[in-house]
Amino acid sequence: MKHRLFWPVAALVLLILINTVARSQFASITVRDGRFYGALIDILRNSAPLMLVSLGMTVVIATRGIDLSVGAVMAVSGAVALTIIDSSADANSLGTVMVAVVVAILASLLLGVWNGFLVSAIGIQPIVATLVLMLAGRGVALLITGGFITTVNSTPFSFISTGYLVLLPFAFFIWVAAVAAVGLIERRTALGVLTEAVGINPEASRLAGVRSRGIIWSAYAASGVLSGIAGIIYASNIRAADANAAGQFIELYAILAVVLGGTSLMGGKFSIAGTVVGVLIIQTLESSILFLGVSSAQSPVFFAAVVIVVVVLQSPPLHRFVRRLASSVRSRRLTEPTSDLEAAG
Amino acid sequence: MSDRGPVRRRPGRVLHHKSKAKRVTSSGNTDHPPIVELRGITISFPGVLALDNVDFSLRPGEVHALMGENGAGKSTLIKALTGVYSIDSGSIDVAGNRQAFHGTSDAEAAGISTMYQEINLCTNLSVGENVMLGHEPRKGGRIDWKAVHRMAAEHLEGLGISIDTRSLLSNHSIAIQQLVAISRAMVLDAKVLVLDEPTSSLDRGEVEQLFAVIRDLRDRGAAILFVSHFLDQVYEIADRITVLRNGKLVGEYLVRDLPREALVTKMIGHALVDLAAISSTAARDIDRTDVPILRASDVGRRGVLEPADVEVFDGEIVGIAGLLGSGRTELVRLLYGADRADSGQIEVAGAPTKMTSPRHAIDHGVAFSSEDRREEGIVSDLTVAENILLGIQAREGFRKIRRAKQESVVFEYMTALDVRPADPNMIAGNLSGGNQQKVLIARWLATAPELLILDEPTRGIDVGTKADLQRKVAELSEQGLSVIFISSELEEVLRLAQRVVVMRDRKCIGELDSLNVELDGLIDFIANEGKGSAA
Amino acid sequence: MTILESAAPARRKVSDHYRVFMSRRASLLPTLAAVAILILLFIGAEIFLRGDFISPRNISALLLDNAFLVLLAVGMTFVIMTGGIDLSVGSVMAFTGIWLAKLLEAGTSLAIALPASLLAGALVGLLIGALVQYFEVQPFIASLAGLFLARGLAFVVSLASIKVENTAVLSLQTTRFRFGDWYITPTGILALGVVLIGAYVMQYTRFGRTTYAIGGNQQASLMGLKVSRTTVAVYVISGVCGGLAGLVLTAYSGAGYPRNGIGTELDVIAAVVIGGTLLTGGRGYMLGSMVGVFVYGTIKTIISFMGAEQSWTQIIIGVLLLVFIVVQRAIVARSDRRS
Repeated sequence: MKHRLFWPVAALVLLILINTVARSQFASITVRDGRFYGALIDILRNSAPLMLVSLGMTVVIATRGIDLSVGAVMAVSGAVALTIIDSSADANSLGTVMVAVVVAILASLLLGVWNGFLVSAIGIQPIVATLVLMLAGRGVALLITGGFITTVNSTPFSFISTGYLVLLPFAFFIWVAAVAAVGLIERRTALGVLTEAVGINPEASRLAGVRSRGIIWSAYAASGVLSGIAGIIYASNIRAADANAAGQFIELYAILAVVLGGTSLMGGKFSIAGTVVGVLIIQTLESSILFLGVSSAQSPVFFAAVVIVVVVLQSPPLHRFVRRLASSVRSRRLTEPTSDLEAAG
Repeated sequence: MSDRGPVRRRPGRVLHHKSKAKRVTSSGNTDHPPIVELRGITISFPGVLALDNVDFSLRPGEVHALMGENGAGKSTLIKALTGVYSIDSGSIDVAGNRQAFHGTSDAEAAGISTMYQEINLCTNLSVGENVMLGHEPRKGGRIDWKAVHRMAAEHLEGLGISIDTRSLLSNHSIAIQQLVAISRAMVLDAKVLVLDEPTSSLDRGEVEQLFAVIRDLRDRGAAILFVSHFLDQVYEIADRITVLRNGKLVGEYLVRDLPREALVTKMIGHALVDLAAISSTAARDIDRTDVPILRASDVGRRGVLEPADVEVFDGEIVGIAGLLGSGRTELVRLLYGADRADSGQIEVAGAPTKMTSPRHAIDHGVAFSSEDRREEGIVSDLTVAENILLGIQAREGFRKIRRAKQESVVFEYMTALDVRPADPNMIAGNLSGGNQQKVLIARWLATAPELLILDEPTRGIDVGTKADLQRKVAELSEQGLSVIFISSELEEVLRLAQRVVVMRDRKCIGELDSLNVELDGLIDFIANEGKGSAA
Repeated sequence: MTILESAAPARRKVSDHYRVFMSRRASLLPTLAAVAILILLFIGAEIFLRGDFISPRNISALLLDNAFLVLLAVGMTFVIMTGGIDLSVGSVMAFTGIWLAKLLEAGTSLAIALPASLLAGALVGLLIGALVQYFEVQPFIASLAGLFLARGLAFVVSLASIKVENTAVLSLQTTRFRFGDWYITPTGILALGVVLIGAYVMQYTRFGRTTYAIGGNQQASLMGLKVSRTTVAVYVISGVCGGLAGLVLTAYSGAGYPRNGIGTELDVIAAVVIGGTLLTGGRGYMLGSMVGVFVYGTIKTIISFMGAEQSWTQIIIGVLLLVFIVVQRAIVARSDRRS
């Protein structure tokens, strides 16, 4: 039997191989000042925001939902953090940065809870419910920053995205920790399996006594928090809160990562590991596209092509067609001797 | 009246019937040669032979009822006739022409119109538009709305309805919507009308309205295929009955030649199980002096179930007998809180309880296994073990049950119920129906309920597994579990239950002590109780 | 018998007129609410802001400034009416706009460049429609792919903005037909014309009625309607409208710019919903969508008059969107209970 992760991992390995052949320096990792450098390390580092957002998206999609507001939440979170740091006396104080980060994450949690409220308590379809925040969220972020791109110079804050911790980038550790935390919460508690049950068959789950409202609500809350952390990393990287550019189109990349990782958009069974691989595929692809000399602004064309291929491969009509084809081939084999007669008649 | 302008001038007019005299008995003309002839129809789905060499014919000027229990093949036959399914073998002739339907539009072109139980109209559009949709008269390339409403009003008048054709369809009752759907078929000039469970959400008066229209159409020469699980209605409207069972044709009968109990017997057939293999529990003594585990009084819901009383005592098996659609599922769903009752009280072990959600019922020791395994039971993509554990896990909340306990629970119930294959990590959706049923029962037994409600647990599963399940239910009740057992197989109910609650047409019509009644007596009770004698 | 068909009273009272209206045109209420909001906005701005808000100049500018949004809203209304959604409109507008500019820059005549850019929009729409109809991809995902494709293609055409020198294109914007203090530009005429054509198609053609039917009943094909053809067509229409909006925006800004219209799809969806179209499809009016765009534009104008942050526009529109969605949900829930 084939493992669910076979195709995603194969695609990732293939991408890395192609890159390695095409440019020899791709796989090489150099050590300077006790730190690793190289294209692969960059991929690990740059994956962080998308990884966090995709983790949340995975859980939300597992409940048969979707969260369009992730980019807007990133913008709000970055705006909150930078505004706090900017208005403090000492931008370089570790305490200030800690406060800023915590407040920003709490704000994101609030936004996630709001989405969850609309979906699970009011019963609005997820696409529509999260559309509201997708639209208004950036406005809120702009209000917080006063309409400007707030920039700060804060060493502790910059460390979040560019710093190193034992050989590897700090941002890498953040997403590894987030993956571990989500993985543990979902798989060590019953949350994961209950989430899947709700996503696969809401009515059967209800009759079995599962409290689906709380489960759905918690998924959106988690997505909010994770997007908030992603927003902080993004802001730390550009040392600014850019309410318009932060997390732009990230919802599509996140959905793509989730689908690439083998989680169906119809909800149900989800794979955290699959999403991790999906994000790494996207990040590697992005790196390869840049290497080809294509402007990063143009890369959406490639991703659109990938999305189209993946959704067509997942589409029910194609599966029905293949099944019919397979069964007709099988029956033809069985009725081989008479097939000529059939053709004649 | 049409020259006086559109009917909307007189909104709110009571429906009147065009047919002059109200007929008491059905008397369609049944001598015409058939307009629809199906010969040797066979349709199979992966693993199921849904229709096996079935013949069926429909004559102009008759109302023909198609009868059968779940899985008999009724809906498959209708779908073959209306072009939804393509047939594997056999032939379909309409008005003497051989047909090969590739979709509903082919059937429609051949003059066959279908009215589904779920009304297939657009409630967001006006009545008139629904009647004419896709066939709107046009003038100079644009839809002539005046003509649309005039023609729609004429068609509706033809059925004896005068309503404001410009009002939105959603403002009208289901009954009116049915009639709008029928007048739409008139626009298409249909020779054959297929009515699939048209009366399932109508009240008595609305059924009368519909029947008046059906009789009128029949008298004008339409061939009408009528599917309903209401026996009374079938005897009221139909001229001829075709009975299917397990995908096979049982026979075609004139209504006057087929008494009710004969029809019921033909629909149900004879149980395939060797019932002697199960030790009958019917004779067991139940102590009914104590407080019942569950007492429901006047529990009902408007339009779903007339208020009913049920009592279940410690260790008792109460059977619910009745045909499909008699209200047996509706009753237990109200007891479990899957749907909310709007009347009556429920007491659990003597204490009044509001059954507002399944969660509630489970907390009070009530468990319910739905008749619809696929949609309401099994979580198909999860493993067998996860499915078994779902009930207790939902109760525990997010704290995961310890692995050792998980394994012991899963092992215990898989062994006890003999789930095959004995692989807890198998995807539940891949199990056979019988084994899925066992997994569901295992899920509920693991929650250690006081009362287990089983709705059609033996439907659609093979003979051996069926006997296993029956034996298991008997065993559990001997250990003190109370059970409500619903089955279409009456012998099974009589064998297992100490008491049988009988339902018909969405109400409880009586209660029998299963020791004092034989199968024939039960069938007679279902068919005739409260009617005097057979129609 | 049903209560609804109870005997008619001899005399018609006001309440009867009300009842007849509600039984026929209840779905007009959200659109009327949008009109009321628009009027209130104008009156409020006139009273509280400054005396010259309701002026011919200001109202003329409203159409001029929002012509591209009106065009996009027409396409979006068709799509949403079938129960779908098209997130690609902003990107399609950018892509067709920059491509038009590029072709003109290369010396292609407008007679070729314009159809070519409209065709580009139609093709993106065709792709989305085919994915939705033939591969059963959710409209949301399919159009998100369309959004990415068109945005990327816009940057493939050019990474920087391209100035348009073509006088015919520029005159679409600069020509002003004046009636006293009122004026209208060719872009405004185009937008109004497309709205009227759209309204006509919706109301008076079988195609238009089929879009309503699909939105009201996903099983509409069982009624013998041409569902597949119609579903694909609405996305193509939306693509073409995106192309027209690209032309108008290019004329408006005098250049094609690949970053145009980022996030515009959300504004358009919000305007359509505020204009009274149900996001789940089947109910709404083309003219309502135009009113929705004007509500959006007026809020924007008021905020700039007030000198407040433009970000308030997004927040207010978001809140309005939420209110409309919740109210619509309540209305739908009520009519579902009734039937």
